[in-house]
Amino acid sequence: VSPWVLRGLRDGVVTTRWPARPDPYAQTWRGPATIIRPGSDDPADLAALCPTGAIGPNPGASQELVLDTGRCVLCGRCVTERPDVFGWSEGIESAALTRAGLVVPELPETEQNLAAVRAALADKTAALRRSVHLRHVDAGSDGAEEQEIAALLNPVYDIHRLGIFFTATPRHADVLLVTGAGAHGMREPLRRTYDGMPDPKIVIAIGTDAVSGGMLGAGSDATSRGVGEVVPVDVWVPGSPPPPFAILHALLLGLRRGPSRPGPLGAS
Amino acid sequence: VTTASTLDARVTSLWDAVAHEIAAGHRFAGLMGTQREDSMLLSVHLAQPGGVVTRDIALPAGVRSYPALTPVVGAAFWYERELHDLFGIVPLDHPRLEPLIRPQSEVLARHVLGSGLFTMPHGPVRSGVMESIEYLVETPGEDIPHLNLRVFYKHRGIEKRFEQLTARDGVLLAERTEGVASVAHALAYCHAVERIAGLTEVPGRAALVRVLYAELERLVAHLDVAVRLADAAGLAVATARFGTHKERVVRLVGRMCGSRFGRGVVIPGGVSDPPQVGGSELLTEISRLERSINGDAQALMGTASFLDRLRGTGPLRPERASEHGALGPVGKASGFSDDARLNRPYDGYPALSLGDQREHEAGDALARLRLRWDEVRQSFHLLRQATDELDDAGDGPFAVPCQIGSGRATGWAEAPAGEVLYDVRAQDGRLVRCRPRSASFHNLVLFPEVFAGDILTDFPFIEASFGLSPAGVAL
Repeated sequence: VSPWVLRGLRDGVVTTRWPARPDPYAQTWRGPATIIRPGSDDPADLAALCPTGAIGPNPGASQELVLDTGRCVLCGRCVTERPDVFGWSEGIESAALTRAGLVVPELPETEQNLAAVRAALADKTAALRRSVHLRHVDAGSDGAEEQEIAALLNPVYDIHRLGIFFTATPRHADVLLVTGAGAHGMREPLRRTYDGMPDPKIVIAIGTDAVSGGMLGAGSDATSRGVGEVVPVDVWVPGSPPPPFAILHALLLGLRRGPSRPGPLGAS
Repeated sequence: VTTASTLDARVTSLWDAVAHEIAAGHRFAGLMGTQREDSMLLSVHLAQPGGVVTRDIALPAGVRSYPALTPVVGAAFWYERELHDLFGIVPLDHPRLEPLIRPQSEVLARHVLGSGLFTMPHGPVRSGVMESIEYLVETPGEDIPHLNLRVFYKHRGIEKRFEQLTARDGVLLAERTEGVASVAHALAYCHAVERIAGLTEVPGRAALVRVLYAELERLVAHLDVAVRLADAAGLAVATARFGTHKERVVRLVGRMCGSRFGRGVVIPGGVSDPPQVGGSELLTEISRLERSINGDAQALMGTASFLDRLRGTGPLRPERASEHGALGPVGKASGFSDDARLNRPYDGYPALSLGDQREHEAGDALARLRLRWDEVRQSFHLLRQATDELDDAGDGPFAVPCQIGSGRATGWAEAPAGEVLYDVRAQDGRLVRCRPRSASFHNLVLFPEVFAGDILTDFPFIEASFGLSPAGVAL
């Protein structure tokens, strides 16, 4: 008998039950930085804490402090230096359906926008029910996001149990996962992959680089500032890189498939 | 007044001196360029026991060509193509000065001609979850008589982005240069910055914490190679098992520092925080991981159908490995070993033992996997020692202030794929030049050379056994 038969049974079931059941690892995950108490500081002063410009005054109301988690590379500098103002967000539900939805505190117009975005997404996902096929394109990542996406195939996450599979051609794909800031050399291949996918299709920007360019954002002439400049993005996932659970959450958010019990995901 | 011919003579005599040093046992570790206001500086880095020495030569402004190093030192082949791409200077008599990291969209002429031969483009968007790189496989349908690479797709302008960053911000970019070696890049970068600051060593506890994260990163990378090899062979259970082990190690790193890739830990002057997992718990976890990984590794190395796919596959000749100075597992499996942890030790390594080193010479995918299991064993050995030492290290800081003024230094660290080298220059507290050189960049040029006798179905095995990341190649 092949030794692998017994080895395969050795550790029992290691697969998470999430999203049907809560997962302790997912719940305690440390997400992007967030604002815990705005305080009385001038937002412009606090902006200097962040190496990627995620922190600053609200463009609409300059007295208000905002933090764009879509630019957060989770370096923790703001949390370390001003723990009275900044903290870590908890859990893996860091993805949003709009770029503005990544900004904390929530901008006032976001709720209306969100309703429209949800309706548009509902039209697209109506056709995508139980079986969904993914295609991944690396548009200039550092290689870490690929590791986290590939981890979805290991037995701990096992996305096959949710009817989600990777496909070898864009012609069979429903969802496009894009990583990296959008290196200029990858613009054309990314565009062609997107064009090669049949409608309806969903694009998920995975990681802070894909959302905003991250550390490369303002200063590189070889990349875009996020893949939103190249393809229309439906779901935005910050993180440097986002952990597999956050990617899985973003997938289910895009597919409008939440946990079976009421919760943030089932709110549609 | 420097005339063109005397300049050429000076360059040529430097290249001859470099070739002599290499013949005397030093390793060619990179050729890098720096554009200055009045000149273009070329720097050759030579690794030797105890350190890396740098030989500089300045080309005065207006000089746009120089005699190439590649005819004398073949390992400079890609480095000079990159110099040409980035700075527009021409290495004269370079054997093939095609773009490497600048876009090259025209169809490449086929190298091998004959009836029935065709070129199969593979990438840059590839099936599965892969980084972008393009392989142009010239094949009659089964053999691979020739393989061409195009790596430029991912070029992100990292080197340029470093300029004007502070030392503290620079480490964040170093960590994101090659994600699978985040810790090693942060270490090599910080070593260079600390040298500029005149800091000879970091606090003892920080030095040990750095070893912990570096070795955990090695475990993750080597397990990833095992996953990819098992997957290529269609061993579903082995793929699942190694994937689970990898996830466990990654989660341990995440519990220790909040990042599954050990990001944010290494900072100039030490480490940001002690591990959030206590010593005894860490030891328990390490032992548990070691037991389960060893068991599965033994089973894998006893699975005949698997070994058949690796034995004799993608062989790199020992002479070629030593001539090129092949780094990490690729070099070691072909009998050429220059492990920075041993030969140019840093941080906690001088006080720790790597344990037994076995010699490997076969140079095939099997030897590279065997070598990786040896390194996994060494990593566990180092992790246990470092954890013990950390427990006994008493109190003391985890970081000391590291103020850089102006200066230039190199820094290195042994990443899972081999040595990472940084050449950093600072002025008035800001980086003015930072050139990372990953093991992936140095080794990938060897990849197309090892397909003699191999066929298309061997490709994923050879690729996985090299264990390289395109992100580290096209910066």
